[in-house]
Amino acid sequence: MRVAMLLLLAAFWLAGPASAEVQEVYDFDTRAEEQRYQQLISELRCPKCQNQNIADSNAPISKDMRDQVYRMMRQGASNEEIVDDLVARFGEFVQYKPPVDKRTIVLWAFPAIAAIGGFLVVAGVLWRARRRNEQDSALSDDEKRRAERILKDQGGSSDR
Amino acid sequence: MKRVFLFLPLVVALAVGIFLFAGLGKDPTKLDSALIGKPVPEFSLENLADPELTMDTSVFKGEVSLLNVWAEWCPSCWDEHEYLMHLARDKGVRIVGLNYKDQRENAFRFLNRLGNPYETIIFDPEGKLGFDLGVYGAPETYVISADGIVLHRHVGVVNEQVWQQELLPIVNEARGES
Repeated sequence: MRVAMLLLLAAFWLAGPASAEVQEVYDFDTRAEEQRYQQLISELRCPKCQNQNIADSNAPISKDMRDQVYRMMRQGASNEEIVDDLVARFGEFVQYKPPVDKRTIVLWAFPAIAAIGGFLVVAGVLWRARRRNEQDSALSDDEKRRAERILKDQGGSSDR
Repeated sequence: MKRVFLFLPLVVALAVGIFLFAGLGKDPTKLDSALIGKPVPEFSLENLADPELTMDTSVFKGEVSLLNVWAEWCPSCWDEHEYLMHLARDKGVRIVGLNYKDQRENAFRFLNRLGNPYETIIFDPEGKLGFDLGVYGAPETYVISADGIVLHRHVGVVNEQVWQQELLPIVNEARGES
């Protein structure tokens, strides 16, 4: 049993480097830089395999794009510059997060519009319901006296 | 007045339906090039046939051209090649080739077997110009104006239908202007 476990561990240990070859390995000076790289490539979309980001995609074009991200990072480019550079080549399609501008403002504002709209509908329904209740329960003094009399009579009759 | 509001869901459903219906026929894998209306990116690459000859954007100057991105390893490029031969031979279309991420020997073998419709071929083994053009799937065909401006991109095979309906009108318009 112990031997089997050791063999299994050895197998995992050997398999580790083999699977790491799927993606190219880049050197980063700091951990923060590497995280920035990972963040960038997870936000960029592969134009060939359309529902993958370039971090997940094995398409050659994604590798080229990762290379470009890495190269530009090395040259000290900001995140914005890197994304703009790729958008200039491949179009806005490669951005999972569309920029806020005239054409996309409806898209960005839609959650807020939907929330406010929903709130207004609920508020309207509640307000109307409450007003109806008030109207129904609003009895004139005469009606109240009559109602009390009727209730009293009924109370008396139930004693019989 | 309140009756009118009863039709609101119907109106909303119709609006959404029209919006979605308009999107039905579109192929989401065909993207517009980001370079439309912009000059072809600067490049300096070898000629496929002659490594001594360095090519740059001046290859597009003076005449409306098609820029066809191809490679020996690309199956659809084999499919469209016959039609490109027809365009070059019978219709007098100027086609510049961009041999994309390929090897010289393979490219020559391809041309020897199927013929060469290209006026000249740019050799881009690392896909540098391809990357700058935003090539994401060979074959791709660009219409380039006589002053080197990208007018249109077609992703995928060029055939009679694509030529007649998509590319020819743009080529004709560009020829008329210049």
